[in-house]
Amino acid sequence: MDAFTTHTGTAVPLRRSNVDTDQIIPAVWLKQVSRTGFEKGLFAAWREDPSFVLNDPAYTGASILVSGPDFGTGSSREHAVWALQQYGFRVVVAARFGDIFRNNSTKMGLLPVILSPEAVETLQKAVEADPATEITVDLGAREVRATGETWSFEIDDYTRWRLMEGLDDIGLTLRHADAIAEYESERQPWLPKTA
Amino acid sequence: MGRTLAEKVWEQHVVRRADGEPDLLFIDLHLIHEVTSPQAFDGLRMAGRPVRRPDLTIATEDHNVPTVRGPIADPVSRTQVETLRKNAAEFGIRLHPMGDAGQGVVHIIGPQFGLTQPGMTIVCGDSHTSTHGAFGGIAFGIGTSEVEHVLATQTLPAYRPKTMAIEVKGALPFGVTAKDLILAIIAEIGTGGGQGYIVEYRGEAIRNLSMEGRMTVCNMSIEAGARAGLIAPDETTFNYLKGRPHAPEGEAWDAAVDYWKTLRTDDDAVFDKVVEIDAATLTPFVTWGTNPGQGAPLSSVVPAPEQFGDPIERSAAERALEYMGLTAGTRLTDVEVDTVFVGSCTNGRLEDLRAAAEILQGRQVRTRTLIVPGSMMVKLQAEAEGLHEVFKAAGAEWREAGCSMCLGMNPDTLAPGERSASTSNRNFEGRQGKGGRTHLVSPQVAAATAVTGKLTAPADLV
Repeated sequence: MDAFTTHTGTAVPLRRSNVDTDQIIPAVWLKQVSRTGFEKGLFAAWREDPSFVLNDPAYTGASILVSGPDFGTGSSREHAVWALQQYGFRVVVAARFGDIFRNNSTKMGLLPVILSPEAVETLQKAVEADPATEITVDLGAREVRATGETWSFEIDDYTRWRLMEGLDDIGLTLRHADAIAEYESERQPWLPKTA
Repeated sequence: MGRTLAEKVWEQHVVRRADGEPDLLFIDLHLIHEVTSPQAFDGLRMAGRPVRRPDLTIATEDHNVPTVRGPIADPVSRTQVETLRKNAAEFGIRLHPMGDAGQGVVHIIGPQFGLTQPGMTIVCGDSHTSTHGAFGGIAFGIGTSEVEHVLATQTLPAYRPKTMAIEVKGALPFGVTAKDLILAIIAEIGTGGGQGYIVEYRGEAIRNLSMEGRMTVCNMSIEAGARAGLIAPDETTFNYLKGRPHAPEGEAWDAAVDYWKTLRTDDDAVFDKVVEIDAATLTPFVTWGTNPGQGAPLSSVVPAPEQFGDPIERSAAERALEYMGLTAGTRLTDVEVDTVFVGSCTNGRLEDLRAAAEILQGRQVRTRTLIVPGSMMVKLQAEAEGLHEVFKAAGAEWREAGCSMCLGMNPDTLAPGERSASTSNRNFEGRQGKGGRTHLVSPQVAAATAVTGKLTAPADLV
């Protein structure tokens, strides 16, 4: 995945809560077997409404999504992350995220940033007042900066390091192949095998 | 200090622990289906990596499969299923394809084969993997990157979630089911209430549930945002497992049961959070909105958005009522329904079909009614008991096994504006078909609703 250090861009305010992954990418789009082309399905049902915020030309080119709480709940589909990234988003800001979505995001280099509901509201208002408002997300400093204000966010050291280096988990885990083999040799004999 | 069940299972699976890093967790069973796996297998191929433990991996076809006999008509769906077949063959993974007696919804077949056992770690690229926690293990949904990680390493790096106890005190009143209970729990704690937690369901009402009921409860843990849900194994669990194809036998069975009996939360263990639910207050429960937390007793009315103090919840309720075509104050029992769906990984097991059949026996349905067994084995068992004859005599459609109308990936969908009572797990906008409107219900309420054409509790049937 691409490394993430600092990103500055404009943002889209999504004033909805419980944005489940079925909304982010409807199931009919999950039938593809490739990893590309999902940007067309992003919020496909909502985008049919001309007044939906992503259809507002003022937000063209935005790379940060500022959403209501509980973003990415529901289905585990990583396609939701792919769709957001392929559409051009690098960061999603919300007060709460679905656990699986947040995990999937950090595997792909889409940064989920948790801010307080008040900070989210401030950012949404700023972006609504002026869609050209630039927001900087600084992963190294664990900060979001916009309109002269700064907000800190939490992310564990390990995930931050992995994102900043753009490292793939599988390669990291395979360095511990010996530990896995040792664990395997000590598993209970009654545990089921599929084959 | 004592440990909770979740902590015990977690510790048992730590392959490697290092300061400042997530634990590396061994995965005992990896379930695969056609939707979330193709890109993971592609990743393995590109990196030249094998599947480390095909013997701990099993695949089935469920999301895309039509529930009427015959091939898959949609070429895109067909390609996805064929891709799984190619991948399973190339990487040496056992697959139960359409038409095979072992085929079914991924979360139905694991327990059915006895592959889901207490104390195990189980993952699948599917959020309803939490179902398997009913046996007392840690089971959770993962994305495609993690599917690839498990295929390549049989492990996952993860931080241990916090622990939550949901203590259901007292016994469920007559006519109140596991589905009503979990819908009420989600309404109570909210769709984000479980975020960051593994939930242990405890208390008399939980202990009294059958394995099927426990699976229904654990299945919907994710709808409360929880990473996983589990229930301590007991005699009910052991009796369910004994004699299943992959359950241990003879001395191994005895050794396993001895271990499984240690899988309980110690009396002096402390949970990070405790929620208490009074079972005696519960009644049949349905959803009125577009997330599983927007639910209410069936005997109540569609709520008014102004009732919600939180402005975000209020606007979510407004939006939900508009989408659902409902007016605040309408009695839920006056809501007319076009389609009834009984099935899914939440309520597609034999016990669910028996419950629906008991209500449909000697009655006629007024709605389009789909009865979809969760697996081919459930189908065969139901037919051996004659349940299919009850359904057909009532005017319901008796289908082949699959995910069916739980999600719009196969031919079973709602038309725009069509309203369903569904035993599935998600009432999200468009989940069962674009513009479709879904009320989540128990199999019993689904069957009674099919008879009257309005949301109905079985007790209110004449």
